[in-house]
Amino acid sequence: MSQDTPNLKRRPDGATLVIAVILAAIAAVIFWQTSQMRVVAVYARVGPTTFPYIVATGLAVLAIITAISAWRGRIPEREQENYGPLFWIVGGLVAQMLLLGLLGFSIATGILFAATAKGFGRGPLWQTLPIGIVFAFIIWFIFARGLQLSLPAGPLERLVP
Amino acid sequence: MDTFALLASGLMSALQPANLLYALIGVTLGTAVGVLPGIGPALTVALLLPVTYQLDPAGSLIMFAGIYYGGMYGGSTTSILLNTPGESASIVTALEGNKMARAGRGGPALATAAIGSFIAGLIATLCLAFIAPWVVRFALSFGPADYFALMVLAFVTVSAAFGDSALRGITALFIGLALGLIGIDLQTGQSRLAFGIPDLLDGIEVTTLAVALFAIGETLKTAVSPTQMAEQIEAVRGSVWMTLDDWKRSWASWLRGTFIGFPIGAMPAGGADVASFLSYSAEKNFSRHPEEFGSGAIEGVAGPEAANNASAAGTLVPLLTLGLPTTATAAIMLAGFQQFGLQPGPLLFTNNAPLVWALIASLLVANLMLIILNLPLIGLWVRLLTIPKPWLYAGILCFATLGTIGANAAMSQQIAIGGFVLRYSFELLLLLGFGLLGYALRRFGYPIAPVVVGLILGPMAEQQLRRALSISQGSPEILFSSPVSLVLYAVAALALLLPLYLRIRGRGSVLAQLATDED
Repeated sequence: MSQDTPNLKRRPDGATLVIAVILAAIAAVIFWQTSQMRVVAVYARVGPTTFPYIVATGLAVLAIITAISAWRGRIPEREQENYGPLFWIVGGLVAQMLLLGLLGFSIATGILFAATAKGFGRGPLWQTLPIGIVFAFIIWFIFARGLQLSLPAGPLERLVP
Repeated sequence: MDTFALLASGLMSALQPANLLYALIGVTLGTAVGVLPGIGPALTVALLLPVTYQLDPAGSLIMFAGIYYGGMYGGSTTSILLNTPGESASIVTALEGNKMARAGRGGPALATAAIGSFIAGLIATLCLAFIAPWVVRFALSFGPADYFALMVLAFVTVSAAFGDSALRGITALFIGLALGLIGIDLQTGQSRLAFGIPDLLDGIEVTTLAVALFAIGETLKTAVSPTQMAEQIEAVRGSVWMTLDDWKRSWASWLRGTFIGFPIGAMPAGGADVASFLSYSAEKNFSRHPEEFGSGAIEGVAGPEAANNASAAGTLVPLLTLGLPTTATAAIMLAGFQQFGLQPGPLLFTNNAPLVWALIASLLVANLMLIILNLPLIGLWVRLLTIPKPWLYAGILCFATLGTIGANAAMSQQIAIGGFVLRYSFELLLLLGFGLLGYALRRFGYPIAPVVVGLILGPMAEQQLRRALSISQGSPEILFSSPVSLVLYAVAALALLLPLYLRIRGRGSVLAQLATDED
């Protein structure tokens, strides 16, 4: 965890303000959705809406305090980050999610494996992809056949009787 | 039956071959994940929950407890040899342990950590066995208002008492509470915040959230960080065995660590990391060689390592007797109990006594296995540290998605790309979304554990609140009517205000080091 150091660079801190706005938005959504609920008279005082209102109020208060801290508070130093790896890994997860039904567990998860390795700087894909698929196939065999976990099968899995 | 008889019958059950096997799998996995940086016991238990769905409840819970204990042992290895703590409770161990390893005394450092963990685990598990029945007797008199107060206290200690910012801790907690609202309200059957999505009616799965926040969030954070430092593993040189002088200097530290760690785990006062930090400062004050602190004092390894194991056992007291999780791992273990239709709390001890006592007794067995696994086989564990990061994290993500796919494989959603219809699982989409949330939380310095605890404890707190308020017909006075709840609120207020005062007085850096992180 990064150390708190008085950050004198920019006021207000943009990221902290964005967080405050997001918290306020979540609070608003909970208020709005809860107010739409039809509540039976028996539960008028204490019912399914009580706790959501408490949580939404809390979030609203936290949003205000966070906004104030964007101007006044101590903001932890954040290191500059490179986002290339983020796209590789998120891309791998999205690809696995979408291709799982079509290509089966092994190939889809192999793609995730290769994309993650790429995100950490290990390539090339034509080498890591087969490694990933073999790795995922072994996992599939152990968990789907050994532990009876239902993992989607694709063309590769159907080769095993 | 008195405690001895119950413990003895539990031991008989724990020594059955199947349960021994579960314990062995648990401690082995636990040590491995404790050693590996980036994954901890909380994540591992979350990953295993869907896999164990069809297994025997007692065996699975014994395995989870083994993972918890094993994680505490394994974490010390990474701290000492790599200077990167394998899990958060071993941060302090790195201070002295790594210095010892660099001075060629890595062997004794690992030995004092392992033996200290063993002694602490042994004493603390016995404390658990003897204290739990008392707490149960006391807890049976609790009303809904008292339970609600207890949960408020847990919320405060988990989110606000430690860490570098109460605001960020409480914000993380409320994110968890908000996620806990989603789904069908159990008392009225009305859906809340489901936005018309059928998959959301069952609520957010604790395992999905935990796996995403810990595994995917951590992977993303590590991947984007430009300071992926080249770590230096210290080889274990010289004798593993401790000299007579090492023993003399260690034993008192082990005992002090145990008696600091157990109460901290048992009273909802923060996780093992807090205990190990307090033990470190105690050792510094008690040591006859204070000048050695900072350059490899063995007391600085012995005390904190004993403390973090003792607090892991202590955490099981509120978990088993009150159903109150105070760490992320405990929260996920609670989800494990619920998966098998068991509700931890005072009634568990009467309704499922054989299971509870088998679990407690198996902790003693696991502890014995761990010292055997950790002392002679240390070289094997060290080799785990040489797995290159790309393979390690690629493997972690494969297993992270495996659990979710296995538990919720239903391809309920579909998307059309160029006339091509692809079906996909909503649960995986949630996993990705929460993974990004986990990354953002880490990026902006928000703690993770309060989110998980909020999700699982939120609905339970709501239930108790509504029970209390329906008894009083809506009057909130009932919440402050019993002495028990008043004391609990007072402690909660203290836990909230004292750190604020310390931060204002410029002691914030001490609290920042106490950050309750993942375990």
